[in-house]
Parts: sequence; structure tokens; C-alpha cells
Amino acid sequence: MKFGIVTFPGSNCDYDTFQAVVETLEEDAVMLWHKDHDLQGSDVVILPGGFSYGDYLRPGAIARFSPIMREVVQHADRGGPVIGICNGFQIACEAGLLPGALLRNESLKFVCAPIHLTVESSDTLFTSRYERGQQIVLPIAHGDGRYSADEETLDRLEGEGQVVFRYAPSALEAVEAYNPNGSMRDIAGIVNGAGNVLGLMPHPERAVDVLLGSADGLPLFESILQRVAV
Amino acid sequence: MSRYRVAVQVVPRRGLLDPQGKAVADALHTLGFGGVAAVHVGRHLVLDVDAADEATARRLTREMCERLLANPVTEDFEIAEVASS
Repeated sequence: MKFGIVTFPGSNCDYDTFQAVVETLEEDAVMLWHKDHDLQGSDVVILPGGFSYGDYLRPGAIARFSPIMREVVQHADRGGPVIGICNGFQIACEAGLLPGALLRNESLKFVCAPIHLTVESSDTLFTSRYERGQQIVLPIAHGDGRYSADEETLDRLEGEGQVVFRYAPSALEAVEAYNPNGSMRDIAGIVNGAGNVLGLMPHPERAVDVLLGSADGLPLFESILQRVAV
Repeated sequence: MSRYRVAVQVVPRRGLLDPQGKAVADALHTLGFGGVAAVHVGRHLVLDVDAADEATARRLTREMCERLLANPVTEDFEIAEVASS
């Protein structure tokens, strides 16, 4: 399977993602430049983390108009899998691939830490290798991760099982402090209605080996391999 | 074709949590400005737009706001001023 990883000016997790796919998952990966108009046969497109265009105006607001985004949106419209991680999640929301928006953290602080999550659904393209309700630990590193949408959208996301990851208390933390950014309904990751676009603030690509502190991100990539036949 | 200077204000939608505005309000209270009930922090953009007339400059700016300058999910915008320049 071939993963296409988009590099925008200011992306800084593109090579982490490449390493996770090539070294750990042992699958093919190709780096895609934001000015290109060719996904080079990628089966899965990943919009990686970083600070595309310096987060000018709003995170993701300018990257969504990068030339390659036209092909990424077409790929998603055809049902092709797309993963937006951190800044990639922000870009996916700005591009209309996912509902809602990601706002400045409630604390106004950039938060960089391993955090606890609950896998809310194992019935997606991206989470079949997890158990529903499973607690996992993934790192986050963001200043604008407060997922926000109107109540109607939130209810629909919940009702349709589109909330995939939620921040969760760990045994060691004060219960009121577990949500690192103040996101609505503790949302950390969602899928679109068709289920082929995932956006999440935590970094699964930074958690693919216990040497990195956690391997809890690996099943996310393995789930795709299992579900997307090539 | 004339050039118009257009001022646009983009503010967080009322009702949404605005931690920046709250931090500024808290600071103002600390300074003794107890009468400040709320602060909303947004963006002020100044555009120089070439257009046939003022109405066109205004329409183009509105389109820019809807497509890029404001996030329709979380922000409201207002075209504060259109002046010949």
C-alpha cells in the first residue's frame, strides 16, 4: 500500500510520518509537495502536523488552497482514505473535509505532553485494530486544538458514531484537568460521514514504538492496512 | 477602476468560548477597569482593492471574507469601512 504524505511550507511532522510508514509499518510512502497536482498513485493521503504557512490568519486557512488540495479533496470524494494529523486536522476542517473548527487552546498555552484517550469506535477504517472503549496514550503538541462546532453538528457526530477519539482522565490526573485544550465534548478525533476522512489532534506517528514512549499509534496504521485492500 | 481602502473586522462568534478575550478582560479588571463586562479579541484587516465602484469593492470583500478571511464556523465579520484611496 502506498501512503502519500503532503509537505506544506511549515509542515514539520512529514518525515516522522514517513518514518512511521516506511520503517515501522514497512509500507511504501511518497512525499508530495503542496504545489504538485499529482498524488502519484497514493492509496492513502496523510496531511501531517506542523505550522503550514506559519498559521497565518488561522491554522490551515491558507494551506487548504494549496494546489495539491484539489487532488486531495477529489481523492476523499472518491472514498479514498485521508488522515489529517494535528495541523492536518486543522487543514481538513478548513477545506470542508470535516465539520467544525479548531480554536486556540482554552489555556492559551501550547501543550506538549502524552495524553490519555478513549477509542470511541472500533468500527472505522482507522480503528478496527483497537477495542471500543480502549484507553490509549498518544502525544499531543498544539496550541490550537480546541475542537468546536455547533450543537447540531456535535449531536450528529455523536449519533452517527463519528467521534473516534476522546480525551480521557487517567488514574494519575485530576479528573477536571484531562482535556488539554477545552475541546467540546472532549473530542480529540472525528471521521467524516462517509468514514474515509479522519482528523485528530494527537500524533499517532510519534507513537509507533515503545522506544518512543508509546506504540499505541501503530494500530491506527495497521487498521488501514487491514481494511483497505490493494 | 478606482482603488478603495476596505477595513474588515473579524471577531469570534458570540457565545463561543473566547479565552483570549477573557484573559484581556481579566487584565483590565486587575488594572482597575472594573466596568469592562466583556472583551472579544479578533482581527482587523485593511485591504486595498481595485474595483469599478464602491459597491463592487464591498461585494468582492464580502466574498473574500466568506471564502478565506473569516471562518464561517466560528467567526463573524463586518466590513467596517470602504473609502476611496
